[in-house]
Amino acid sequence: MSDSPPLVKLTDVNFAYDQRPILMGINMEIHRGQVVAIMGISGGGKTTTLRLIGGQLKPSSGEVRVNGVSVPDLDTEGLYDMRRRMGMLFQFGALFTDMTVFDNVAFQMREHTDLSETTIHDLVMLKLNAVGLANVHACKPSELSGGMARRVALARAIALDPMLIMYDEPFAGLDPISLSTVGTLIRQLNDALGASSIIVTHDVSESLKIVDYIYFVSEGRIIAEGTADDIRASDAPFVHQFVRGDIDGPMAFHYPSPPWRDDLYSGAVGHA
Amino acid sequence: MNRLTLDLWVGFFVAIGLASLLFLALKVGNLSGSNMGPTYRLEARFDNIGGLKIRAPVKSAGVVVGRVTDIQFDAERYQAVVGMNVNGQYHFPRDTFATINTSGLLGEQYVGFEAGGDEAMLKAGETLKKTQSAVVLEKLISQFMFNKASEDKKEEK
Amino acid sequence: MSVFHTNLLSTLRNLGKRVTDRLWRLGFASRFLLATLLYSGMTLKRFHLTIREIYFTGVLSLIIILVSGLFVGMVLGLQGYDTLQRYGSSEALGILVALSLVRELGPVVSALLFASRAGSAITAEIGLMKATEQLSAMEMMAVNPIARVVAPRFWAGVISMPILAALFSAMGIFGGYLVGVQLIGVDEGSFWSQMQASVDFREDILNGVIKSFVFGILVSWIAVFEGYDCEPTAEGVSGATTRTVVTSSLAILSADFVLTALMFRGV
Repeated sequence: MSDSPPLVKLTDVNFAYDQRPILMGINMEIHRGQVVAIMGISGGGKTTTLRLIGGQLKPSSGEVRVNGVSVPDLDTEGLYDMRRRMGMLFQFGALFTDMTVFDNVAFQMREHTDLSETTIHDLVMLKLNAVGLANVHACKPSELSGGMARRVALARAIALDPMLIMYDEPFAGLDPISLSTVGTLIRQLNDALGASSIIVTHDVSESLKIVDYIYFVSEGRIIAEGTADDIRASDAPFVHQFVRGDIDGPMAFHYPSPPWRDDLYSGAVGHA
Repeated sequence: MNRLTLDLWVGFFVAIGLASLLFLALKVGNLSGSNMGPTYRLEARFDNIGGLKIRAPVKSAGVVVGRVTDIQFDAERYQAVVGMNVNGQYHFPRDTFATINTSGLLGEQYVGFEAGGDEAMLKAGETLKKTQSAVVLEKLISQFMFNKASEDKKEEK
Repeated sequence: MSVFHTNLLSTLRNLGKRVTDRLWRLGFASRFLLATLLYSGMTLKRFHLTIREIYFTGVLSLIIILVSGLFVGMVLGLQGYDTLQRYGSSEALGILVALSLVRELGPVVSALLFASRAGSAITAEIGLMKATEQLSAMEMMAVNPIARVVAPRFWAGVISMPILAALFSAMGIFGGYLVGVQLIGVDEGSFWSQMQASVDFREDILNGVIKSFVFGILVSWIAVFEGYDCEPTAEGVSGATTRTVVTSSLAILSADFVLTALMFRGV
């Protein structure tokens, strides 16, 4: 597998919002057929990585290549062409609330293809069936539970059989049953479609079960990487803390800031 | 909502919108009246036009036959030049008498045409020769007062 | 430097910052309008998207527009009669009602109602779509949110506004007729004929339609921009909704002055 060129390749990527650095020297490879997890604490730059791959953000320096094409250099047309072969699941599903479940899944087919309504109907029901929700096609997203909405969003993400599926926190806010359902679906769909998947998550136990490779991101740097077994066996202090969920460890409880004592004594300045 | 019902509602919406516009045009406005078809231009000079305004009607025997289009001041003769568009189906003799009248005591002012007896008709762009200025109310009143006063004096003698 | 000077300086600095912020936003809003117009070709080709939005902005505003129009017309009938009969010219009631509605109240009041009924809804909807990442999701699906979400709402507003204004005026004149002719007893013949004699189709009615068209562009532009530009949080959306109503109202009234000055200068 790793002999063929990687589907996604990030080389020395730096990124900063205004002056605040978010990512520093990120190197990443995602091969075809793989499910890769990007893990780390919230606010560590994981979602930013996804947006760089999807072309919603441009890196300050470094290369982002998808299928051999440099993403930041694409014009709008080329970017949209590329995105047609990508699926993305947003943090809370981001289903279109003014449409039914059916129309949500059919959205891309209607926008990007000339398929007849009957073909679209068959395809949509196929996708909904794949996530086990064919019977809710007439519902509005507001009538679904969180787990169901996530699965519908999943069906929508794979509507056009993408080559790359990106998941932004697919497990956030799900009950244990929905959680393992979504986890299993991610793996199954990836293998059935022959696609590659990137999961951004902080859910260790669920993702270790389904992924092929893991990158640990902290404070804008990759601090550990490897297969699930490598990670479990890792004795890097941060990974250890993360996998076990300890409060104290190399990842401090406090957000980096000047000592609060200074703030107290300079009280007169207030919020000026 | 079904797309057909949606289309139906929007169709209904646009239809009553157009209907109300039609109502405004025909019942409220004077589209039926102001659409006079072809018009031709006439001019008239007045010593005083009083409160005559652009778009004031031009009437003959009480019937609207045209509208005032522009009012200018002739700096050489110290007169007002009133341009009018007159309905193409009406023609007036060359000695037509143009007056500035008032509808009612304080109503709007309009140009009145009193046809003369000339055989030749006015052609487009020509100027009406015989005109009578607007009646200025203040002048009328002061005239009346003056006459009254002189009458009183006569009676005293 | 004294405290006073420091305060003055910081006040000035704040003022300057606010002015530049406004200018920056205006520039951004203009660029946004341009983008909306540029992407409208695709949108108008799939007209059912716009029809759907006309339903939400136009059809659902019908009730408020019709009822308000009726009452405004009835009030005009009462007040107008009260004033006119002092001068013994109560037959001119038709002129008064029709001219004030067709020239001013119809376009302006219906635009104000439209801004608060439909404009705020558009802003809230687009703002919430942004807050829940629906716009981002659309972009990731290679669908331009300006063409798919913004442009149909913009055009729906632009199309609905003149229709609503015409309905408002027609309804108001009917209200004036009800009060003036049916209730008070002004002569029906002179009510209509005087109205017809002094309401000009091009000068009054068409100019009124042009006004409402301009207001439609303004309100729709402000509404879609505030929604698209809002901060993707609950406060962001509520703030943007308020701004839509406030900015639209100010824009409508000031544009009305400018348009009136341009249109009716000669009369």
